[in-house]
Amino acid sequence: MEFLMAIVVGILFMAAVYLILSRSLLKVILGTGLLSHGAHLLILTMGGLGGAAPPVLTEGVTDFADPLPQALILTAIVISFGVTAFILVLAYRTYAEHQTDNMNLMKGNDEHD
Amino acid sequence: MNFVLLIFLPIVAALVVPLLFRKLKAIHTGWFVLLVPIVLFIYYIGFIKTTMDGGHAIAELQWIPSLGISFVSYIDGLSLLFTLLITGIGSLVVLYSIFYLDKNREKLNNFYVYLLIFMSAMLGVVQSDNVISLYLFWELTSISSFLLIGYWNTRDRSRFGALKSMMITVFGGLMLLGGFILLGIMGDTFSIRELIANASTFVGHEFFTLALVLVLLGAFTKSAQFPFHIWLPDAMEAPTPVSAYLHSATMVKAGLYLVARFTPIFAVSEVWIWLVTGIGLLTLFCGSLFAVKQTDLKAILAFSTVSQLGLIMSLLGAGALAYHSDDAIFKFATFAAIFHLINHATFKGSLFMIAGIVDHETGTRDIRKLGGLMSIMPVSFTVAFIGSMSMAGLPPFSGFLSKEMFLQSMLAIRHFELFNFATWGILFPVIAWIASVFTFVYSFYFVFKTFAGRQKSEPLPNKPHEAPSGMLVSPVILASLVVVIFFIPNIIGKWFVKPAVMAIQPGLYSHPSDVKVDVAAWHGFAAPELWMTVSLVGVGFILFLTMARWQKLYDIHPEYMSLNALYDSAMLFSEGGMNRISRFYMTGLIRTYLIYMFAFIAAITAATLFIKEAFVVDMESFTPINLYGILNAIVLVIAVSMVLLAKTRLSAIIALGGVGYSVALFFVIFKAPDLALTQLVIETISVALFLLAFKHLPSLSNHGLTKRNKLGNLIIAAGVGITVTLVALSAHSQKLIPSISQYYKDTVATEAGGGNIVNVILVDYRGFDTLFEIAVLSIAGIAVLAMIRLKLSRKEESTDENK
Repeated sequence: MEFLMAIVVGILFMAAVYLILSRSLLKVILGTGLLSHGAHLLILTMGGLGGAAPPVLTEGVTDFADPLPQALILTAIVISFGVTAFILVLAYRTYAEHQTDNMNLMKGNDEHD
Repeated sequence: MNFVLLIFLPIVAALVVPLLFRKLKAIHTGWFVLLVPIVLFIYYIGFIKTTMDGGHAIAELQWIPSLGISFVSYIDGLSLLFTLLITGIGSLVVLYSIFYLDKNREKLNNFYVYLLIFMSAMLGVVQSDNVISLYLFWELTSISSFLLIGYWNTRDRSRFGALKSMMITVFGGLMLLGGFILLGIMGDTFSIRELIANASTFVGHEFFTLALVLVLLGAFTKSAQFPFHIWLPDAMEAPTPVSAYLHSATMVKAGLYLVARFTPIFAVSEVWIWLVTGIGLLTLFCGSLFAVKQTDLKAILAFSTVSQLGLIMSLLGAGALAYHSDDAIFKFATFAAIFHLINHATFKGSLFMIAGIVDHETGTRDIRKLGGLMSIMPVSFTVAFIGSMSMAGLPPFSGFLSKEMFLQSMLAIRHFELFNFATWGILFPVIAWIASVFTFVYSFYFVFKTFAGRQKSEPLPNKPHEAPSGMLVSPVILASLVVVIFFIPNIIGKWFVKPAVMAIQPGLYSHPSDVKVDVAAWHGFAAPELWMTVSLVGVGFILFLTMARWQKLYDIHPEYMSLNALYDSAMLFSEGGMNRISRFYMTGLIRTYLIYMFAFIAAITAATLFIKEAFVVDMESFTPINLYGILNAIVLVIAVSMVLLAKTRLSAIIALGGVGYSVALFFVIFKAPDLALTQLVIETISVALFLLAFKHLPSLSNHGLTKRNKLGNLIIAAGVGITVTLVALSAHSQKLIPSISQYYKDTVATEAGGGNIVNVILVDYRGFDTLFEIAVLSIAGIAVLAMIRLKLSRKEESTDENK
């Protein structure tokens, strides 16, 4: 299963990077969304996907899933939500101010050197 | 008392200067600053007794003991001489600057802060026993010199001169660091004393000559030796007190100090003797030759300083001959070098101050406009006369004595039998003689063209008058010293010169009184140096009188062939070249930089995986394939490809939501119910947010992304994807250290009293993580709010400007 998941993670990262490198601001944001999904699954996969039961203490159960990656991911999900929300508003403001979402037009100019 | 701390006294005092400048406007800040060098001077005088007996004093302040780096103040004859020059001339220069710089118009706070930093740095250079801290102070002198030259930073010439001196001296400093490190490798210590003690083992070491050349590069750039002398004339843009202090009396002598200090290590080498003596003599010659060409008073002095530094340098080189021959005549040169160093500091310091006074009182330094100031400025003239005559090498001034000794040493080189000196040695006295003739000419040129003759018909910018007496104090003191030293050379020798000579050649003498040199003005008619002096005075005088006729000859030398032109074009070329290179890869597009980053991440990680043989896949450790997992993976991949291929905003958002929900399903499959719940909630809110925001955003467009761009992006993306897959596999297959998970599982009930391990980790074991996570969320929330409310302030400003 880990092998399959590693490939899935790879595909997520690949799609994310491809989108981040595009010229449209919207696609960049979509890319960051995919990137955080990829990162979450990566942590989970690295920790191992074994375990017969959720990591909750129950009578007679000893084979838990690894709780540590789950704790890390839980934090990461919330943070990535905050970041996504911020980027979205940032993009909104950028577009409102510059009337473009073309990354090629959004660069510093030499006047500020 | 730990006197190493005194090195830092000026820097500490510099902290108070801006405050004094602001709060006590009525008093010139210089009066407070003056206390610092005077106190130090008086304190350091106390060491004379120690060094006169050939002893030394030492104090240490640990800095980085594990690397053998510390601040060590080592005071022997040589260090003490320089220390007294720095503090003594420093006091006079500060006193002079009080009258030179107007307290209402000048930024005195800056000026004195720079000057005090310089003072500390210079004390550090001459007292440090540790080469690394020596290097540190060495660079600090370059930096403070840069700041002082560029003090009038609104002038183009000042900035140019500051940059030029910085480029050249910092280049030398870097070379010096290399030399020091090589010495450190050879001697396995950074202490100069220990290096000197081990010096005999260095000879023949593969780094020996390289270290020698690197150290000399440092010394030559600092002391403005040919061909690095070009920075010194441009440094004359500094305020005159600075020129008098840094660029004649102290900083430029740091190179001489370095050569003197490292003589015991390198003197055995033929390369050292040839380079130091040869370059010194060449510099002496070039400097004196070009000094005559100049029309700016300070430029004349700058070239004369270059030339005099060359003279002292060549004497230090000749002094190293004493290590190869017991003949008494070779032991002479080092004494002469130190003696002339003292004389030069006094007469050149006074001359610079006079040049400043002339500039200050007449408004120009152009010698072509000046003349006949003798009757208007009698005191200045007297000082200038004494200084110049000393520089020209005439009695009864101190320069005469050291010039005679110089000629004597150069004549002695003929008799040296090693290293081909027997063949080439005759060149040394010849070049020395020619250079001395030109020295004589520019000394006369400086003083008589300015003060003698008639005033030019063209009126001077300011109506000339004698300088205020406060301004004259310092040059008069220095000029009196010039005369006094002539009459008591042997006392100066006993107090200062012989201890310094012993410090330079520790192996040859056991007590300063062993240095058997007796300075005398008269050696009898048979002495060849007397006839050299007589002939050079004669020839020099004729040349001075006929100067107007042959001065034009200098114009034959085209400007574009000079070293200055070489420096300018090198600077221009490297600046342009660097600009082009950086513009080539710094496109200003975030995309470009992201490409670099992703490519490097992929390449470096993948390369490390294989080079370190870290890529291991352990098929055994994998859990069995799960049908739901396969189905869900297929759904996820389809959703991802829909995001990639989506033509409209809405379909892209829905597909992204699909990815999120299938990730949530993965969490369910892999027994992570908390994650699944959170993911579902968050994904739902995210999709809503996306929909909200996309309403205000333009529709999807790839903005003319070409097929080639796409292919490039795809390759990088694929590289990153594959690398991540490899990392995921190897990370899972190798658990190099045991996971902390087991500890959590074991203690969650007993320590934290909880059952849901993930929750307990979050709120208990890693409570701070969660706290900061909440902080991040709130910061993001505030930022979102601010971003929405933000007024388009920049736009309004720009319309204001247009009005």
